[in-house]
Amino acid sequence: MRLSFGTWVAVAVLATAYAAHLLTSFERPPVTVVQRGFRGTAMEVIYNPRVLEVQAYLHRAPEASEPADAEGDRAKDVYQNVQVLGDLSVAQFGRLMQSITEWVSPEVLDEAGNPVPAAGNFQRGCNYCHNPENYAEDSVYTKVVARRMLQMTKHINEHWQSHVGNGAAGEGAGVTCYTCHRGNPVPSQVWAQVPTQDQRRGRGFAQDAASQNLASPVVGLSSLPYDIFTPYFENAADIRVAGNDPLQVNNRHSIKQTEWTLGLMAHFADSLNVNCTFCHNTRAFFDWQQSSPQRVNAWHGIRMIRDVNANYIDPLKPVFPANRLGPNGDPLKVNCATCHQGAHKPLYGANMLRDHPELNLVSATPAPSVEARQ
Amino acid sequence: MSMLSYEKKYRLRGGTLVGGDLFDFWAGPFYVGFFGVTAIFFSLLGTALIFYGAALQGTGNPWLINIPPPDLKYGLGFAPIKEGGLWQAITICAIGAFVSWALRQAEISRKLGMGYHVPIAFSVAIFAYVTLVVIRPVLMGAWGHGFPYGIWSHLDWVSNTGYQYLHFHYNPAHMLAITFFFTTTFALSLHGSLVLAALNPGKGEPVKTAEHENTFFRDVIGYSIGTLGIHRLGLFLALSAGFWSAVCIVISGPFWTRGWPEWWGWWLNLPIWS
Repeated sequence: MRLSFGTWVAVAVLATAYAAHLLTSFERPPVTVVQRGFRGTAMEVIYNPRVLEVQAYLHRAPEASEPADAEGDRAKDVYQNVQVLGDLSVAQFGRLMQSITEWVSPEVLDEAGNPVPAAGNFQRGCNYCHNPENYAEDSVYTKVVARRMLQMTKHINEHWQSHVGNGAAGEGAGVTCYTCHRGNPVPSQVWAQVPTQDQRRGRGFAQDAASQNLASPVVGLSSLPYDIFTPYFENAADIRVAGNDPLQVNNRHSIKQTEWTLGLMAHFADSLNVNCTFCHNTRAFFDWQQSSPQRVNAWHGIRMIRDVNANYIDPLKPVFPANRLGPNGDPLKVNCATCHQGAHKPLYGANMLRDHPELNLVSATPAPSVEARQ
Repeated sequence: MSMLSYEKKYRLRGGTLVGGDLFDFWAGPFYVGFFGVTAIFFSLLGTALIFYGAALQGTGNPWLINIPPPDLKYGLGFAPIKEGGLWQAITICAIGAFVSWALRQAEISRKLGMGYHVPIAFSVAIFAYVTLVVIRPVLMGAWGHGFPYGIWSHLDWVSNTGYQYLHFHYNPAHMLAITFFFTTTFALSLHGSLVLAALNPGKGEPVKTAEHENTFFRDVIGYSIGTLGIHRLGLFLALSAGFWSAVCIVISGPFWTRGWPEWWGWWLNLPIWS
């Protein structure tokens, strides 16, 4: 078969376009590399400094407002229906309300100066949580959620120092509303269960794709299982698949389970913008002795996420309207990216909690009644 | 040392690249030449430095001897001898020895009046090594990105370097390199078994010729590349394997900093379907 001249030209043009497209798919030197182990072990984190520069705004903490006077009347004595912030002074209470508005539902104006509603046609500003006619009542569901989230913040800062308190100088950054929200009413990085029927393709023997082969961004575009959060961050499935013995005769974990674990690890790496060697010396993934201290931090972080999802997010399910739930009807939950958002420490370790002592005065009781609204 | 009957006609004067007649002699069966001298010099010095490093390390166990490159903080400068300077010196010796050997092969090729196929083929292996310890470290800005010299330590380096990109099997050049490595061994096994079969006929049968070999493959796959062609194919496959190995490591870091699965986003984002 002889191809015509025109065909050859078309093939050449396509091949050139393809080659040009491939070339632009790469990055370029110089790169920034952080050595994190003995020389020659290749324990390194690699960054593209130009990408870091573009993303820097994502990890900048907002400037703190003037501190509030802790003296004076308590909020519970001045305002009605103050359930978890009653111990704050009136000045602290006002400052925290203002901060929360900026952190969670800041006013957004369009070019004409008119307020732009949040997704789902919610109002922004104070009215995102409050009924403007009566700030004390609980008729807006977000107010019930916010109360629980304040308790969650306090709980994390109090009980999960093992994850949020491990700063280099022994003083960790803790968390504030801003750690997750970053000015968004719903944090930008959340997850919900993937409905079983969505994981199926084809029929019969081949219908169960085991949640694989989708090039999902959840697992860094790999073919690995992408519904990784349900087993590990809502339930407590085994992440460890390697045994302790050189011969794995009694190890009943399968290759399939290993792929789920690897999918979860891809999420860790993606969320923190690091690679496997940030926590592991890959010559022996399983061995704590050869791992970096960050692996211990991550171990606590996994437990923290399970705690937060099980005890703070999932119980709020009846409070959320349908458009705030995932396709399976479960609330939008937390994973590593919710706080980290592509930084090895959220906001590169900026200590916002120090500037907002009001968050440490939240009372853990009463646990807000989910039925309060009905 | 006695010479083989046909050896005399290969021992021709001339064809040297450097040094004229000065080193144009044989030591026993071995041609020396200028590059034979430099090869011996660099390999002896480099080996001695490795033993010095082992002594500093305090081990005689060949599995555990480790000559690691400098810390990244030294960038592309010289490091103190016990802090990676040894690795730098040994790297210079290694490149000196490998390049000397290739040039010695070139001189021998000239003496024999044959093409430069052998030194060019060996140069591809040298290129892969230089990519690892010079080109990639220079592109990334520090000698510390070279791999450590040690049987186990270099494997640990390979493992960690692979996992810096989450899943190295998604590296497109790694895919090509692996495919070429497998194909070159496959081609060699087909070729080797064919030659052995032709040369070892059944009792009482004559040794088979190329015509038999061609007929066999024409029967099996409908095509025979031929006796000369198989060697050209083998050379191409083997050199491609080494070449794409070098490419797959030099793009990891200098030209891609994230997980390799993510690189394939260009495919998902092709305007045809996205």
